[in-house]
Amino acid sequence: MTSIVELNQITFIYPGGAIIFDDFTWHINRGEAWAIIGASGCGKSTLLYLMAGLRQATAGQVRVDDQPIARPRPQTGLILQDYGLLPWATVRDNAALGLEIRQFYGPDGKHTPRNELFSDKKERVQYWLTRLGIDHVAGHYPNQISGGQRQRAAIARTLALNPDLLLMDEPFGALDALTRENLQRLTLELRAERQLTTVIVTHNIDEAVYMGQKILVLPQPPTSRPLIVDNPQAGERGYRRTETFFNRCNRLREMLEEPVS
Amino acid sequence: MKWRDAALGLAATIVIWQILAMLLNRNVFPPPTIVLVVFVEEIGRELGWHFLVSGWRVLAAIVLAVLTAVPIGLGLGQTPTLNRVFSPLIYIAHPIPKIVFLPIILILLGAGDVSKIFIIGIILFFQILVVVRDEATQLRPELLLSVRSIGAGRRALFRFVYIPATIPAVLTALRISVGTAVAVLFFAESFATTSGLGYYILVESWGALRYPQMYAGVLAMSLLGLLLYFVIDALDRRLVPWREQP
Repeated sequence: MTSIVELNQITFIYPGGAIIFDDFTWHINRGEAWAIIGASGCGKSTLLYLMAGLRQATAGQVRVDDQPIARPRPQTGLILQDYGLLPWATVRDNAALGLEIRQFYGPDGKHTPRNELFSDKKERVQYWLTRLGIDHVAGHYPNQISGGQRQRAAIARTLALNPDLLLMDEPFGALDALTRENLQRLTLELRAERQLTTVIVTHNIDEAVYMGQKILVLPQPPTSRPLIVDNPQAGERGYRRTETFFNRCNRLREMLEEPVS
Repeated sequence: MKWRDAALGLAATIVIWQILAMLLNRNVFPPPTIVLVVFVEEIGRELGWHFLVSGWRVLAAIVLAVLTAVPIGLGLGQTPTLNRVFSPLIYIAHPIPKIVFLPIILILLGAGDVSKIFIIGIILFFQILVVVRDEATQLRPELLLSVRSIGAGRRALFRFVYIPATIPAVLTALRISVGTAVAVLFFAESFATTSGLGYYILVESWGALRYPQMYAGVLAMSLLGLLLYFVIDALDRRLVPWREQP
């Protein structure tokens, strides 16, 4: 199995001087489903932004698909809790935004993959609107739809770009329990369908165990050594109701509570 | 507003004007029939020239104000530290009636077009600055981050985020302030100049007791304001379709 993300001896220091990662090395293999869990301030979102190319490490190198990352890479998708939809654009236009931006730059290899075709733009957007079940609100504006529908629109926008790596930062944190579970299941389905590598950052233990076949636990910073829990059952039907699930949740809770030497 | 409503409003104005003129029956208040004839005669001559001069001054002021206020407003709205420093200053400067500085502006910038464009420009500048800044403050960092994550660099951010976020604010500001702009123009053109509708109304007509000409000038000035308002309205409908949504 080849790795898609490699972090080599990363050091990250906040502008205020707090050391979050210190000589941290970690990698993600193609097709894996990761969850990153930790209390607030542990650097889990920072880690995601480093992989997304939206933050730069103080020292060390982040490589995605064998390339050092200095800016967002066109094949990496990012989903945030805040949805990040344009309030002045309809759901359809929001879903098409990524493709519009690519067309704006043209296939330059920097903002847009060189092999990008724009001829099927409409169909691609339509496919994802239908697949995510938001076709009926395609003409609405973000403030006219529910939180779950907004996150679906954000996911449609990202998947229309055919990403191979999907990074999610607390994507379902603002949603009610039922909507959250629906979207978790949908994300697992889409991962299997598109052979996506997924990384979900969460502070929710239940979500980490449900979504991550591998779980990276971040205790109090600075972090130097990756603490990894294998959880191969994630994504299986009915996993949430099994004893293994329950035990693994407990184990994570203990790991997060205990100071790790 | 629909064209039909505008035509209706115009017709009503003319009828009321006619009635008032008949009631007053004085030559300082000529009926629309006389004024319209004079207007048509004059617009092809001197009045048309003054109309163009005034129109150019307002347009130049609008362009200047937009070009300076939008980037500064965006910058302030996106940089909280800068905004904290400048917002007390703007708070104080915004409500000052800028027209009172006209004498100083005339001394500093001379009696030509520059001083007139400047005084209108500065009034529009503050209106636009404040709304654009407030609009930019509302642009959440998460929005910018996620648009960057789907590939947008600086150019695309301007094209897909900053500009569409600012256009409605700019149009709202212009809509509110275009009336003021024309009023200030009238005042600024009323002395130390030999061109513009203000000059035409006050010096050429009023001063020479040519009342029908004076009303033709008033009509031209109203048309200038109305025309600007129509253009802004049309732009708004074209560029801000989401505003009409409930």
